[in-house]
Order: sequence, then structure tokens, then C-alpha cells
Amino acid sequence: MTAGNVGIVIVSHSPKVAEGAADMVRQMVGAAVPLAWAGGNAEGGLGTDVAAIMAAIDAAWSEAGVAVLVDLGGAETNSEMAVEMMEEGRRDRIVVCNAPIVEGAVIAATEASGGSPLDVVRRTAEELSPV
Amino acid sequence: MDAEQKKTLIQALAGTVIAHAEELTALDQAIGDGDHGLNMKRGFEAVLAEADALAQKPLPDALKAVGTQLVMKVGGASGPLYGTFFMALGKEVNDAPTLAELSRALAAALAATRARGKSEPGQKTLLDVLTPVLAELEAGIAEGAADLPARLKARAAAAAEATVPMRAVRGRASFLGDRSIGHMDPGARSSALMIAALCDALAAAAPAEPVRPAAVAVGA
Repeated sequence: MTAGNVGIVIVSHSPKVAEGAADMVRQMVGAAVPLAWAGGNAEGGLGTDVAAIMAAIDAAWSEAGVAVLVDLGGAETNSEMAVEMMEEGRRDRIVVCNAPIVEGAVIAATEASGGSPLDVVRRTAEELSPV
Repeated sequence: MDAEQKKTLIQALAGTVIAHAEELTALDQAIGDGDHGLNMKRGFEAVLAEADALAQKPLPDALKAVGTQLVMKVGGASGPLYGTFFMALGKEVNDAPTLAELSRALAAALAATRARGKSEPGQKTLLDVLTPVLAELEAGIAEGAADLPARLKARAAAAAEATVPMRAVRGRASFLGDRSIGHMDPGARSSALMIAALCDALAAAAPAEPVRPAAVAVGA
């Protein structure tokens, strides 16, 4: 069952990067964590799309919360915007991690698959970031 | 403000962004990822397509709806930044604001935009236009200036120009470090364009006082 584990969302400017990172997560943790990705702008080009990010968070929703891994600036800003536009009661259970997207997603998912709470999942991913 | 006036302002705002999309993209290609013009064009085309419906709404609702469209359609970092600005402005403003009320609402919208971008003036962003233009508006209100639109437009253009020698600290341009110096910030340029279009539309709508040449020189 995945319901108890923190969900992982991957947000990249590139759909290929987002999907590829999600594939690497799946290889590591199988179906043990809810997982979704959003990549590209509304027209399919490079960029990020708030509506798609919100849909991905919904798809990977877990009562334990969702950790979002992002690549460059716009992905972070749009993810923070998406979190604020989510329904009340969910917003405070979604975190945008300051971590490298691929390594962060894989290690966050690995931590989540062991049943760790959201703040531990986030901290584990963020330990990868140079201070 | 009646529906016709609101529509005129929406068309001015969207029109200038769409007309300058290529220039904004070229500026962004120099120091960023080259998508600012196209992203902004996509967002403002969505706004323009709804101009009639937006103009029928009370001012706060119209501004919030513009902000939401920009957030959902623009895509780059400029979507949440400009979107937050308009959404916050809509939240703060009333349907028929005095200049002083508008100025206070703009200050709140600017603060929300700073928080969204985790940025400060001086970092080669749209804040480097919006911040001095708000200061100019506050000064103009205090002085009872009759030529506010011309002053704000001139201040915006000068402020955008002043981003050229700045070094980018935020956004994709910050990856370039010193190489970001010597180019105008695309977000500063789009802000200046929108302010100019709004000021022109407002000045055309209400040519109240003859503008004194000496007062223009102060703003320029």
C-alpha cells in the first residue's frame, strides 16, 4: 500500500527530464510511493505550467503529504504558486524541496518508501544541496 | 471606472506586450532562456481574448482574473511574478480607488511580488522598475502633480535603462554572473512597456491639465 507514504512530484522545464527522473524513482522504489511529474509549458515547449503542477500534486496526493522536486527558477516559482492555489488543508502538507532534481527525487522517494514523515523526506533531499 | 475604460486599459496592457514580444524574447536570449516574450504574449493573448468579460467585472475581480490568467498561461517565472502582482492588487484595491488608495494597493502588490520572487531591488529584475515608479507615484501624489502619467512613464523608461549595468542575482540571468552586465533586464523592460501603455491610455482618457514642459523635465 502506498497511501501512508509521502508522495513525490517532479517538476522540470523539460517533459523528458521530468519523465526520466520519474522513471529512475520508479526503478528504485517501485509502487511504494505515489509519484507524478509535470514538465513543459502549456504548449508542450520547455517551461513549467501551474495547472499541470497542481494536477501532478493531486495525482501523487498522500495524506502524509507531497514533496516537490524542481529544476530551475521558474519551476520553483511556479511550484510555490501551485501550492498556494491548492485547496486549504492540503497546502501545508506540500513542500518544495531545495535539492537537485534527479538525485533529490530518488533519495526523497527512497526515504518516503520507508514511511518517513514529510519533514524527514524533505531534509534528506535537501542534504544533497550545497549550502 | 466604467467597463469601456477598463477594456481600454486591458487592451493597452495586452497590446504592448504582444507587440513587443520579439524584443522581449531577444533581451531574454541575451541573458536568460529566451522565452520571456513568447511566454508573456501567450498570457496576454489569453487576457485579451477575455477583455470584454473582464471589463464587465468590478475592478478588484477584473485584476484578480488577469492575475490568474497570467499565472496559468505565462509559464515562465514571469507568470507567477506578474500574476501575483495583479492578484494582490485586486485583493487590495476597491472598485473606485482614489489615487492614494491605488498607491497603497500598488505598494502591497509590489511587496507580494518581492516575496514571490524572494528578491530585492538592485538585483536586475522587474522590481527595479516597479519600485522607483511607485516611489514616483507617491511623490507625485504628495506634490499634487498634474502630469503624473508622463512622469511615471519617463521614470519607468529610465529605470529599465538603469538595469543595463546591473549584475543579475536572481533568475536564469544570475548563472551568467558578470556577463549579465550590459544587457537590459527583460522583466524590467516588460514592466516599463506596460507602465508606458497604461500611462498613455490614462493620459488620452483624461487630458485634464496642460502639461508644463518644466514638469516633464523632472520626470525625464
